[in-house]
Amino acid sequence: MASEVSILGRLQESDPGRERPKRPSIVQVESPALSTRNVNARYGSFLALRNVSMSAPLGEITAIIGPSGCGKSTLLRSLNRINDLIPSFTLEGEVMVGDQNVYDSGVDVASLRRRVGMLFQRPAPFPMSIYDNVVYSLRLDGRQSKAVLDETVERCLQQTALWDEVKDRLKAAATGLSGGQQQRLCLARTLAAGSDIILMDEPCAALDPISTLRIEELMRELCGTVTIIIVTHNLQQAARVSDYTAFMLMGEGRAGELVELGRTDEMFADPVDKRTEDYITGRFG
Amino acid sequence: MPSPAGVGGGIAASTVRVAPTLLKRGRPRFADRIFGTSVSVMGGIVLVVIVGMVVFLVLEGLPAMQHYGFFSFITASRWTPSTAFPNVSHPNPYGILQFIYGTMLTSIIGMIIAVPLAVGAALVITEVAPQRVKGPLSGLVDLLAAVPSVVYGFWGIFALIPAIKPVVDFLTTTLGTVPVIGVAFQGPFFGVSYFSAGLVLAIMVLPIIAAVCREVFRSTPRNEKEAALALGATRWEMIRIAVLPRARSGIVGASLLGLGRALGETIAVTMVIGNAVLHINGSIFSQGATMSSVIANEFTEATEPFHLSALFVVGFWLLIVALVVNIVARLVVHRGVAL
Repeated sequence: MASEVSILGRLQESDPGRERPKRPSIVQVESPALSTRNVNARYGSFLALRNVSMSAPLGEITAIIGPSGCGKSTLLRSLNRINDLIPSFTLEGEVMVGDQNVYDSGVDVASLRRRVGMLFQRPAPFPMSIYDNVVYSLRLDGRQSKAVLDETVERCLQQTALWDEVKDRLKAAATGLSGGQQQRLCLARTLAAGSDIILMDEPCAALDPISTLRIEELMRELCGTVTIIIVTHNLQQAARVSDYTAFMLMGEGRAGELVELGRTDEMFADPVDKRTEDYITGRFG
Repeated sequence: MPSPAGVGGGIAASTVRVAPTLLKRGRPRFADRIFGTSVSVMGGIVLVVIVGMVVFLVLEGLPAMQHYGFFSFITASRWTPSTAFPNVSHPNPYGILQFIYGTMLTSIIGMIIAVPLAVGAALVITEVAPQRVKGPLSGLVDLLAAVPSVVYGFWGIFALIPAIKPVVDFLTTTLGTVPVIGVAFQGPFFGVSYFSAGLVLAIMVLPIIAAVCREVFRSTPRNEKEAALALGATRWEMIRIAVLPRARSGIVGASLLGLGRALGETIAVTMVIGNAVLHINGSIFSQGATMSSVIANEFTEATEPFHLSALFVVGFWLLIVALVVNIVARLVVHRGVAL
């Protein structure tokens, strides 16, 4: 395990003098950007999430890992209520963004999703120009001063390291970009919408290793200004980019449960739960 | 690098071969041959019937075409069988331009009304309606398509026409008095008219267009819908950005499919169009006839010289019009051309 910690490199800052079993298996952070309390999620009568209480610290990257079917995506997609699209989906418990439960009846789902942006496994640029893609959400508001739009496009594309690649062809169709560029465009689009929490559902699963690296670099650059929650199948990716890691597992009746949540460096070096250790050392999953 | 004995590592040492007999073509199995033959026969019969129909149409129309000339039918617009004589070939008393006009006009009126309604209905079914309403609504649309056309015609005469009379009266007194375009909206309105036929057609083709559009909208990738919603789009904005652009060619294809049916629809149109065969009427509220309605109306009593043959010529041109529409529809759907 020691050598793995040194591979993790930048994660070395944690307190070296800590004693072993004092850590709780699920760390609760103070004033999280987003948290869930006792969430049970169902598709029809099938319980997909059981009693999940997690929190994502402000301005940091939280990775959700776990084997297929453990409810990672369900949890992520509950957070901005995009799962509401699935007719049989129901949820009990609370999902708090700041001090607002997003499942309260008075919540405007559109503005919630604006604030809690999302990046999908397959990039989905709209069939319009690069420029129009970035400012799409601004135009929804009717805010249309050209100066504002231009400024937003440049800023967001700069933030996603796409500006130099596309600045000469902003009016070209976004679908002509490579997969990695499309994904960065989608990220820029989300930033332009003013999201300060970004959910990522395996954003690199359809990308080549170089594009994956670009996205990971971007995530590191963005954290601090935005809070990121990323679902990933890739343990190395979780170890590379995240500050915190949540490990989920199918429990009784195939319902997803949160097993462990803690600082990534601590968890990968010294997991509290035996099941976490088995998973991250590759004994199953 | 010398490899240790017993480990067949090197490429040169590879002894894997494909068994040559596996690649030989064997005799087709008995059931295979039976199946192949019977399918070919059935397919062949269909082709023969279709080709035979066209040939028959042309053969039956030939006497009139030979007597009056091939193009004289579509350049004249008077249909007066009583003035037809066996020895006189000019002018052609069987002009069909007014029927082509009637077919086109009623179809266009039908499409103008049906397409927006059908697209709207399909959107409601796929995107807007609550889950438990979607199924019944969808079935209802399919049910509309199953209503026999004679029922639509009946309903058109006894329910639709009385209901639209006030609307038409209003239009004739307002739009009808406007210079230039007023010609198209002038009375008197006797109930049966191009407009009534167009309305009935609209309701008849609506379920077809709606059903195809429904499938087109359903095929929108969830990915793209979610992408729009995740950016804070409302449902309508999501439909506009994710559903409609992708569905454009599908909507065009569905509309052309509906147009194909509208062009050929006979009974319901015959019942509500008034069957005025004499000449082209400018107003959509006046009586007229379509290519199919004149055939249905007159074939039982076509006793004048060349009368029956001329009706076959009408059928031939109807076939041509329908064929052209179908070919255009295919081109549009295949190329995904946005009109």
